[in-house]
This record gives sequence, C-alpha cells and structure tokens, in this order.
Amino acid sequence: MAETKKNYQIPEEDIFLSGHAACPGCGEALAVRYVVNTMGEDTIAVVPPSCIAIISGPQPYSSMKIPVYQTTLEASAASAAGIKRALIRQGKGDTNVLALAGDGGTYDIGFQALSGAAERNEDIVYVCLDNEGYMNTGAQKSGASPHLVYTAFTPGGKPTTKKNIPEIMASHGIPYVATATTGFPDDLARKVAKARDMKGGLRFIVVLTPCLAGWGVKDNEGVKVSRLAVDTGLWPLYEVENGVKYTINRGPQGIPVSEYLKTQGRYKHLTPEMIEQIQRETDEAWELLQARASCVAEVAGAAR
Amino acid sequence: MSAVKTERPTVDPELLAERRMLLKGNHAVSYGVMRCRPEVIAMYPITPQTPIVEKIADLQLSGELDAEIMTAESEHSAMSACITASLTGVRVFTATASQGLFLMHEMLHYASGARVPIVMACVNRTLGSPWGFWPDQTDTLAQRDTGWIQIYTESGQESLDTIIMAYKVAEQCLLPAIVAHEAFYVSHALEPVTVPSQENVDAYLPPFNPIHRLDTGLKESWGNVINQEMFYRHRKDMDASMMTVPGLLQAADEEYAARFGRGYGGVLEKYRCEDADIAIVGFGAMCGTAREAVDKMRAAGEKVGLVKIRLYRPFPIGAVQEAVAGIPRLVVMERNYSPGAGGFLHQELKAALYGMADPPLVHGYLAGVGGVNVSDDRMVELTHKALAEQPVPESIWV
Repeated sequence: MAETKKNYQIPEEDIFLSGHAACPGCGEALAVRYVVNTMGEDTIAVVPPSCIAIISGPQPYSSMKIPVYQTTLEASAASAAGIKRALIRQGKGDTNVLALAGDGGTYDIGFQALSGAAERNEDIVYVCLDNEGYMNTGAQKSGASPHLVYTAFTPGGKPTTKKNIPEIMASHGIPYVATATTGFPDDLARKVAKARDMKGGLRFIVVLTPCLAGWGVKDNEGVKVSRLAVDTGLWPLYEVENGVKYTINRGPQGIPVSEYLKTQGRYKHLTPEMIEQIQRETDEAWELLQARASCVAEVAGAAR
Repeated sequence: MSAVKTERPTVDPELLAERRMLLKGNHAVSYGVMRCRPEVIAMYPITPQTPIVEKIADLQLSGELDAEIMTAESEHSAMSACITASLTGVRVFTATASQGLFLMHEMLHYASGARVPIVMACVNRTLGSPWGFWPDQTDTLAQRDTGWIQIYTESGQESLDTIIMAYKVAEQCLLPAIVAHEAFYVSHALEPVTVPSQENVDAYLPPFNPIHRLDTGLKESWGNVINQEMFYRHRKDMDASMMTVPGLLQAADEEYAARFGRGYGGVLEKYRCEDADIAIVGFGAMCGTAREAVDKMRAAGEKVGLVKIRLYRPFPIGAVQEAVAGIPRLVVMERNYSPGAGGFLHQELKAALYGMADPPLVHGYLAGVGGVNVSDDRMVELTHKALAEQPVPESIWV
C-alpha cells in the first residue's frame, strides 16, 4: 500500500488567490487550491450554488485567475459539457473544463446531469467537494451524509447510509474515478494532474473536505480529521480506471473509527452501540472494496 | 464528440442552392436551422417536437449540417448546455415542447439573464395533467416572463424563415428567442417549402462573434453573486434591450423580404382590415383559418379583417395600437388558457390599448383551447356573435 510522502513539493500555478471568502481553516478552500492550481491557467471552471460559489467571490471580484461560470445547482455537468462542446468547435479543445460542485450538487440534485454526462463521456474533469451535507445552507442532510450523523434535517441521526458515489461513477465505465481528501494534498494534486492529462472522457474525483462549522471541528483540526477519515478506513483513497482497473492508495491503518468520530460535534450524540455499528459497517465496506478490486481485476484479466 | 466523428461526406453543391421541397412544418424548421450553421445543438425527444431534432441528426450524418450534437439526458441539461456553449461564443440551437419546456423553465430565466442569443423552436402542445398531445399555446405563453423573445408562426415556411430572422434579432440584442408553431396543425402538416440557398443566408446572417465570452484569454466570469444595485442595473439593461426587439424584428423581416422574396409584416400582419367593422385577432395556425373566414365574410359583403400577431414578447404595443386604430371591435380567438386570467392574448391586447384615444371594444373567446378544431365557419359564427353582444372584461368559453 502506497504511503504518501511526508516531505513533498506540490507544483502549483498561481490560480487560486488569497482574500477569498472561505471560513478560516476551511477544508474546501484547501481542496480548491490544489484542484485549480493543478488544473492550471488554461481552464474554465463551472461552479453551482455551494460554498465554492461564495469562495469564488462576489462580482466584480474573483478568487480565481480563470473564467468561472456559476450555474444552477443541478446543472454543473451539463453546463461544463456545453462549454467543452463549444471549445471543440472553436478549435480550443485542449482547454480544460472543470466542474467544481459540492456533494448536494453531485450526489443529489446534480446527479442526473452528471450521470448523463458520464454516459456521453463528456470531456470534462468533475470534482465533487464532499463535505457530507448542505453546509452552505446550514448543515442539512444530503445523499452524502453518513449513517447516524446529526444534520439540521436529521436531528436524531441520519437513518440511512451514504451513497457510494465513487462506485456509482465507476459503474459508468468512465476513464477515471478517484477519491481524495485534503489531509493528503500530494495525493489529491497527483490525481487532479492525472485526470487533467488524461484528456477525453469524464474524469471524476470526489474529495472529502471537512467543514469545520458544519461538522463541529476545531479551527485547527481540519487536516487531522481528514487524515483520520482515511486512516480509520472511513474514506479509503483509491482510483478506478475505465470502471475496472482499481488502485487502492491508502486504506485503514488500524485506528478505530471512534478516534475520528470523537473529533466532531456532529457525532457527539452517538451511543457506544452506534459507534460499534459504524465500525462494523466501515470494516465491511473496506472488505467489499478490496474484494471488488481483486474480483474486477481477475475478470478483466480473464477477458484478456 | 469530435473524437469519434467520422469523416464528413462532401456536400453536393446542389444541396447548398435554393431548394423547393415538400416538408412537414417541423422539418422546415430543421432546414432553417441548418442554413444558420449552429455550432452546438442539444437535443432531447418530446412529442410533437422530436422530428425537428431527428432531422437535424440525419442532416449531420449526411454531412449537410456540421455541429456538435449533444444528446442530453433531459431538457434541463439541454438548455443548460446551450447557455454555456453560447456564452463560450458559438451559435446554438435546441427545440422542445410542453412538459420539456416546463422542465427548462429555470434555465430559461438563466439564459436571458446571461444574455445568450439561443434560438429555440417550440411546438405548442397541451400541458399535463391530464395528458394530451394537442395544439395549445399555453406552454410557451406561460414562459412570457422568462426574458425570451417569442414569435408565433402559422406555417412551415414561416417557421423556417422566422428561425433565420430570430438568430439575426437575438444576436443583435443578446436575448434568447423562441419560435413557436402548433402541434400537428403546423408541425406535422406537409407543404411545399422553399429552403433558401446557403450563400444567401450567409449574406443575411453574419457569424456570431460576441466580445464577452468564456475564454481563458479574456478570463471573464459570469454568474457571480451581485448586489441589489447591480441586479437593478442588470434588469434595467435587459429591459432596454427587450424594447429594441420590435424594431429589430421589423427591420429583419423587411431585409428578409427584400433578399428572399418572403416577408411576414415584421411584428404583426394586417389582413383585409380596410374599413373593417371588426377584426379577428390571433396568432399561430388559427390565423390561416381566419384568413378563410375573413374571405368568406368579405365575399358576403361583411367588413371583417384579421390582425395576426407574430411577436408576443415583447408585446409590440405601438404597432398594435397603430394596427387597430379606427377598427371599432376586435375579437380575440384563443388556443390557450391561463386559469383565473383567461386568454393570454386577450389580456395582453386589453392592456396594450390602455391610453389609446377611442380604443376598440375587445371580445375574448376561448375558442380553441386543447386543440379543438375552430373551422372557418366557426370563426364566422364567433365574429357574428361578437358583433351582436357587448364585450365583458373576462375571456368567455364559447
């Protein structure tokens, strides 16, 4: 299993600028930095209503030195596809088109447009900044909110589990699907660069981005929480190419999920039994991911 | 996508020349679109619009049309993609009807706000529930507040010609435009249609080349949050552009008539209104029937005319006042219905006459709602009814 480097230099273009409107310590701003600074200057971004729209800046200001089109909540993938189709006609097909959407705009209301764009294999990079709920409107439940979590819409704890969006997207057979998180910025930047350089087809990266206010996390603990999500096995880092080629970058490091859960106010209502249940589900999901990865590799190998 | 596009067949020069063809109304639209050389076309099927975009897919395969075709998974995505493609700086087209138009509704406002000159063909069809497939203009009329130019046509030839005019007008004022014709009566009716030559359309319609666009060289953005003052200024600016539309359409129609030999009166057409005691007012396919009714009544010595409205948004108040001045009575025959308000044209017409010295009386008849047939004899009957009664403010079910 690949260990991410402790000392690293991430090559960045100066696209995302200081003075943006994110909260101090915001995980999403950190993600946006590595995403757009890696995508580079020859990029047009599409942003739906979300924290990213706020971070992008109010007219006439912009926190990004690239054109940003703000679309409606459900339309990111279709809007990005429209730009790409026009660029192709203008002979500028090499210009990157990047959708930067939240989890509500991806798992929920934007999913139809995203699935359609994936089926058409539109030549875009779609990055979902997943903070596990509608954080911009005050921490309501989305399809990305985890099992038993407190949100404004599930004050007693969410009764259902989080959608498995990387697997759903991988099932479309698109060239690239990856998970990432802000606590492993070198891994994130590498995946963005890989997606950027693939060219052709829909490349999808879902980035777990802790929301300090929405999750009840201390201002200086966003990165720690992000790393714990990976190291407890709740958010394995992996890649899927063409729906079949799995690469698991980093899985659980033997740390119980309770270490992750206790860092966050949104889980403070959990009973020991509930924590046990989350541990069980996490273990099962990890087993399933490994089984799926090896099974798919076997079938793909047999087909060759 | 261009990556999988097969090599284009060479287009027979004869196909680029003016052609006389037997076409359904919808296919006439497709040929009009082809001549406008759109770069991105988003499509999604819905009865009775589908033949428009099916024909476009065929024309793409045959090489007569060359565009990026996006087979969207919904009308909402089709319109979303049209907006951004247009904002990126290319000419775009899409088509829809009824429920599909309603799914687009959010993006219709978004499009006009983004000042993108999309041209969209709409085939008027009843709205659910309950389900129906019948000609009824309520679908497009209910989009009257979305900031789209709306032009209504009565034949395939008029639809083809108006698509070309619509691009010309939309790209001058940077507002999107709907060209609407009715289900089946126009959409599926075969008629001989003249498809103008590519050379002539190219001379009429200059390439679309907006100065503001999504471009990594320009780095301009669109859609960021704005303050109240900026929003006010934005809408005021839109209004100023909207108000230029009647003049632009009038000029576009006149230039079209001079170049192609076919014109439609611009924003409206008066038919046999000389010394009229009463005029039928309508739009769309019912105007074709109304001409027959007018001819019959004129032959019987009755002074009856027709005012056909082409431009519904913006409503050409000045031209309408001028057209109806001196006509004592107007009878609006509607194929649409707004619950609680009656016929759309009836409402609009009454408001347009406000402040006019000695305005005509206005009768509003909900004659063709749901696509029921309103024959020429029925129109004669309704005209006689109007002549025999005093008008009321409400639209009447007849």
